[in-house]
Amino acid sequence: MLLYTLQRLLQSVAVLFAVSIAVFLAVYSVGNPVDLLINPEATQAERAAMIAKMGLDRPVWAQYLTFLGNALQGDMGVSFVHGIPALELIFSRMPATFELVVLALLLASAIGIPIGLWVGLRDGSRGARMVMTSSILGYSIPSFWKGMVLILIFAVWLNWLPASGRGDTVSLLGVPFSFLTLDGLSHLAMPVINLAIPNLALMIRLTAAGASEAVHQDYVLFARAKGVRSKRIIRRHILRNILIPIITVLGVEFGALIAFSTITETVFAWPGMGKLLITSIYQLDRPVVVAYVMLITFIFVVVNLLVDFAYAALDPRVKLVENM
Amino acid sequence: MNYKKTQACAVAALATALGATSLSAQELTIGLSSEPTAVDPHYHDLTPNNQLGMHIYSMLATPDANLMAQPELATSWEAEDDNTWVFKLREDVKFSDGTDFDASDVIFTFCRVMNNESAIGSTGSSVVSNFESVEAPDPYTLRIKTKQVEPIMPEMLAGVSILSDSIVEHDEITFDLENDCGVTGTWPSIDDFNVGEAAVGTGPFKLEKFSKGAEITLSRNETYFGKQPDWETVTFVPVPSDGPRLAGLLSGDYDMIESPAARDVAQIKENEAFEYVSTPSNRVIFLQMDIGRGDSPFITTEDGTNPFQDLRVRQAISMAIDRQAIVDRIMDGLARPAYQFIPDEMFGAIPSPAPMEYNPEKAKELLAEAGYPDGFKVTFHATNDRYINDSQIAQAVAQFLTRVGIETELDAMTRSMFFSRRSGREFSLSMGGWGSSEGGAASFLRQYALTTDDARGVGGSNYGDWSDPEFDAVVLEAISTVDDAKRSELLQQAEQMAVDKLGFIPLHFESTVWAYRKGLSYDGRADQFTLAYQVERDAE
Repeated sequence: MLLYTLQRLLQSVAVLFAVSIAVFLAVYSVGNPVDLLINPEATQAERAAMIAKMGLDRPVWAQYLTFLGNALQGDMGVSFVHGIPALELIFSRMPATFELVVLALLLASAIGIPIGLWVGLRDGSRGARMVMTSSILGYSIPSFWKGMVLILIFAVWLNWLPASGRGDTVSLLGVPFSFLTLDGLSHLAMPVINLAIPNLALMIRLTAAGASEAVHQDYVLFARAKGVRSKRIIRRHILRNILIPIITVLGVEFGALIAFSTITETVFAWPGMGKLLITSIYQLDRPVVVAYVMLITFIFVVVNLLVDFAYAALDPRVKLVENM
Repeated sequence: MNYKKTQACAVAALATALGATSLSAQELTIGLSSEPTAVDPHYHDLTPNNQLGMHIYSMLATPDANLMAQPELATSWEAEDDNTWVFKLREDVKFSDGTDFDASDVIFTFCRVMNNESAIGSTGSSVVSNFESVEAPDPYTLRIKTKQVEPIMPEMLAGVSILSDSIVEHDEITFDLENDCGVTGTWPSIDDFNVGEAAVGTGPFKLEKFSKGAEITLSRNETYFGKQPDWETVTFVPVPSDGPRLAGLLSGDYDMIESPAARDVAQIKENEAFEYVSTPSNRVIFLQMDIGRGDSPFITTEDGTNPFQDLRVRQAISMAIDRQAIVDRIMDGLARPAYQFIPDEMFGAIPSPAPMEYNPEKAKELLAEAGYPDGFKVTFHATNDRYINDSQIAQAVAQFLTRVGIETELDAMTRSMFFSRRSGREFSLSMGGWGSSEGGAASFLRQYALTTDDARGVGGSNYGDWSDPEFDAVVLEAISTVDDAKRSELLQQAEQMAVDKLGFIPLHFESTVWAYRKGLSYDGRADQFTLAYQVERDAE
């Protein structure tokens, strides 16, 4: 178990290293950030001084080595645009994204799993078919369009919810959160729904598929023949067996949403990490883009590790073994 | 169903309650199109940063609509000789922390811009590095001696926000850069300003909170020496995407927004609850041609020559383009055709320049005369996310040129690629934009049109290497002439030469649009600033 964890961590370091090279080169090759940053009226001497100050006059491999050296000491560089450390900038945006994603996934699973079970157990009925069809709609409608329609209906026409921003926040252990104030909740409502809808559809389909398959398994038929109450069959036998793929997907979705809820954040002007990433890419703010991608890779690695542990907890047959 | 209804009602009630608070009379919320990157006014010379700075700080002089300096913290100034300027300061000014303003604060500010580690590019240091000495014969008089002649000193100082010397520990402040000017503490950092500690100014507002990416809150500065603004608190919310920003206005989240998309202005026009103002800006959109190289990378001609080197070809390009059509159809009237490089009202502009003719027939003749009866091929580079409707304008230009026989292929790209490639002088024909600053006509001419000269620091953006010694001589004389009347005359002469010789082809001046709810009024500004203290409530 310990060895397994260690091995996984080593693999992660290799992944982080590879990602850092790829991102560094990608951002480097787009263009020179100085041309975007500097006042266009700057003289040639000022321009050269700035390039030298940012270290951009050195060959790309030298820049990368400096970056790597600093990164190993936990210093991911200072944002070209904002003048403050890149990690500090990203972390300051993290709580906003975090609460958005957690609420969206909670909402999606709290509604999606029961509906999915219901559909799976009534495979082929008209109601089930209707739910399945509308779920396709749920995750095929593009996020930006759905967001704009939500804004149009609830903010512009009905005037019920604010169109954008985060609203009032309350500090919890020094971290600002919106979900603890009424104003914050009203700001959260639309982005959370927007983010939850495709995941809700996904949850329904996954649960339904799993359940309809499990219903016909021998152990379910046997339990039924034995006279176990159907509620217990669903809870103990069906649900527990189909949870593994659901947790895997939830894990992956969690990572993906933390990293790339960019569209939702942009549409609702939600001050999260995704919005930061997009602006940083446009401005060629290399330290922020690189730090961001590295951090996200790290999160993915950790989440996947946790998912593996969750398997083991759920299914006694799964063993975490290191491969030599 | 019932449950849903109650829920909906609850949400509605909640929203109304929230709405009621945000509508209280003295609060103003503005949706910004781009976010200031810092509160530190000397961090980065960018429009969003400068406009935030103008709320919190004041300068010695303030630029008026045509960017001429008007008294602010200084009541008057004069040039005693070519290298000496004397500024008289106001005596009734207090900083937002209650301390008095005097010459020591100004000198401290000059020292700070020279001791500003985190600054991006030159933010005031290009002005101050030209100072030989700064003295204060009394607390409300400043005498500045310069190394080189600086004819537009008041205009240059209109860009330097004055800080309070109370934000650092110091002995007596003198302009002695070698010895830290008498400052004994550490120079304030960008963070000190962002958290508000160092954000002490003499402007109409005080900083309440700067939360990156989310919002900026300001409150009225009761000690402000000028007219008190109509607003107790002002909130700026950065919303870079056009759609959400407009939605925020329509739903009442914001009282006012910057730059709604040109296509959405019609919608605001029809809506009774909203108004807008459109003001011609000093940003000119122009074509820049590769004239310096005999063999330009993106031009294909039969004989391998570079047609842009021939004045007749450049005239033909100018004549091929219907500027009025671009303004009317692509810009929906939110622009005006440009026949020179700065708006007619600005310093050094030709008062009423001759309109540049649209005449495709004549353009074809000129091309034939120049030896290109069958035209030639060129790739035209432009941005697609920098200027208003830039990719549509570029498409129109490409079609106009193709119509007279110059087969033009458009390559529009994101600004981060465009600006890098352009400064690498990769293009043959490109479309750029330039917002003229305090120098008036000199601003564009010295940066783009002068022959590149690294030692003098001029011609840094002359990517097409257009060079004309006669023209250079006039501009160089103009930018070292202190006498306003003479400088204006020289600049007009230079501007006319630039227009006649068409080293660059002006297309139009962008207009800036602000939209707001009924009950407010704002006179737009040519410098594109959104200033909350100039937003007024209509009398009820």
